[in-house]
Amino acid sequence: MRKVFRLSRFNIASLALGLAFLYLPILILVIYSFNASRLVTVWGGWSLRWYHEFFNDRAMIEAAWMSLRVAVSSASIATLLGTLAAVALSRGERFRGRTLFSGMLYAPLVMPEVITGLSLLLLFVALNAERGFWTVTIAHTTLTMCFVAVVVQSRLGSLDRSLEEAAMDLGCDPVRAFVAVTLPLIAPAIVAGWMLAFTLSLDDLVIASFTTGPGSATLPIRIYSEVRLGVKPEINAICTLVIALIAVVIVIASLASKLSSAQGESAAPL
Amino acid sequence: MTDEWLRTDGAADAAAGDVLPAAGQPLLRIEGVAKTFGTFRAVDGVSLDIKAGEFFALLGPSGCGKTTLLRMLAGFEAPDEGRILLGGRDIAQALPHERPINMMFQNYALFPHLSVRDNIAFGLKRAGMARADIATRVAEMVALVKLEGLEKRKPDQLSGGQRQRVALARALARRPQLLLLDEPLAALDKKLRESTQAELMELQRRLGTTFIIVTHDQEEAMTMASRIGVMKSGKLAQVAAPRELYEAPRSRWIAEFVGDINLFDGESKLRDGHRLVVGTRDAGPLVVAEPREPLGAGKFSIAVRPEKIKLSRRGPVSEAGRETAINVLDGVIADICYLGGTTTYKVKLDTGGMVQASVVNSARIDVDAYSLNQHVVAWFSPDDCVVLPS
Repeated sequence: MRKVFRLSRFNIASLALGLAFLYLPILILVIYSFNASRLVTVWGGWSLRWYHEFFNDRAMIEAAWMSLRVAVSSASIATLLGTLAAVALSRGERFRGRTLFSGMLYAPLVMPEVITGLSLLLLFVALNAERGFWTVTIAHTTLTMCFVAVVVQSRLGSLDRSLEEAAMDLGCDPVRAFVAVTLPLIAPAIVAGWMLAFTLSLDDLVIASFTTGPGSATLPIRIYSEVRLGVKPEINAICTLVIALIAVVIVIASLASKLSSAQGESAAPL
Repeated sequence: MTDEWLRTDGAADAAAGDVLPAAGQPLLRIEGVAKTFGTFRAVDGVSLDIKAGEFFALLGPSGCGKTTLLRMLAGFEAPDEGRILLGGRDIAQALPHERPINMMFQNYALFPHLSVRDNIAFGLKRAGMARADIATRVAEMVALVKLEGLEKRKPDQLSGGQRQRVALARALARRPQLLLLDEPLAALDKKLRESTQAELMELQRRLGTTFIIVTHDQEEAMTMASRIGVMKSGKLAQVAAPRELYEAPRSRWIAEFVGDINLFDGESKLRDGHRLVVGTRDAGPLVVAEPREPLGAGKFSIAVRPEKIKLSRRGPVSEAGRETAINVLDGVIADICYLGGTTTYKVKLDTGGMVQASVVNSARIDVDAYSLNQHVVAWFSPDDCVVLPS
């Protein structure tokens, strides 16, 4: 018999309050992005004017393009490195300092971003590296790699080791066993990890502002500096677009994660 | 990588690979193999010969090293000492994919992202077999394990018994010289396990492939295997045919591990022709057949299987019984365990000990069944006793 979950009035009220607290500001932002008025707080009817304005704002478009490039490249590098780290930690022989290595790998998860940003800035200055696209990409890779590693490692942990052994028993050398059996099974977790890294990079302000240089501002930096001069309705339009992009990415990531858990016993944490 | 043992001709002639042992040589020879994990000696100097076409069982309690030994045969662990010769070639350090050996895993280890057909074809594709040959071989394997119609299913759409068959078909598809089975029936329920045992035996006879099975279930080992190696703490305690293992165990531990047994500690012994009269604390003097190997000075026990002990109200009845039943013990029924086909009675002896007697329930209505606290006579012949060093 199916159990029917009944919502009491208290449940409905708390659910509504919770959702309102989380999504009302975003909803207002989305609605006001379609505002025809020049003033942010005054409603002047529906319009796509500010979207049009944004697509003609060269500096803003450049910042968005920069952010997108940084997000894609840092997410890709982080996924590669994070997956390798996860594989080394869960499949490799027990090497000396393994616990230390995994601890160090996960440190950026809890490290305040200001500290990560500042230390990277000091490093780039010491190396006399020209700050711009590549420094931000490297910084974001540092930030997001551990997230990928966590997601992939949990999937690997739930994967039966005898699957790889069976592949070797049936004629695969260890590398081919990994490619033929392990990789397809952890692929959803890798995809989810990439998506996570992508969104983290896209909305990062703190680390990017430490590590970027003149002329290569990311979208969050650009928006932040505009807002300091006063909020233009155009910002609302940009934010709405970013929200839409991130929502799509998160939906895909959770679908991938669900697929991954449907194939295996336990889900990747997402 | 050489895959010459993967021949594509039709007949199911698994054992006849190209690395056939010379006449009289065993297919597999394990020589003084040892494996240590940290300070734990999992396998401790095991030597064993296995002939082509044998159905061999490695039997032992969990942690006795049987699985480690099997994993060394498969190549997942490398032995620290000793050699493993397959058809005369030392494969101890060879990687799993370099051996003409396949394994069926305890949890089956089916690839969840592949269909039944692709699971079975996996090893054939790695061997570079032609597409048409693979299709033929997969169809042959599917028919062999009776999985027709399920080729397109994924493992999670199969029942436990069907998954077991896929695992078997996948392991047999490459026609290994040696098939290793790690607790292959442990996940099945009792009825299915029994029918699968029979099918495995039939399959092994038909293919002629050498099987080595690891199990902790002594009944399973006895049913299927032609020879059993009992392992204890990393060592082979005894290698024998099932009957010999049961009727002539080499030690007290084996006697207790394989089946049920009554044990009486011997305290003194007297020679009487070709028989020994042994004084025991629990059952008084017992007459036993003299063991083939002379008893040393150490302690020893008399072992009698429960079904060898007969019960009656007044002692041995027939003439023949009177002659052979030299050991006659009086007691009362202390416990009754009805098992359907047989009933196990525990008899408290007047001398203080306890014996278990297993009686076949040959009649449906048994007015003569014993009841609790009833006085009975338990008797057995000297030839049914085994003298074991303890």
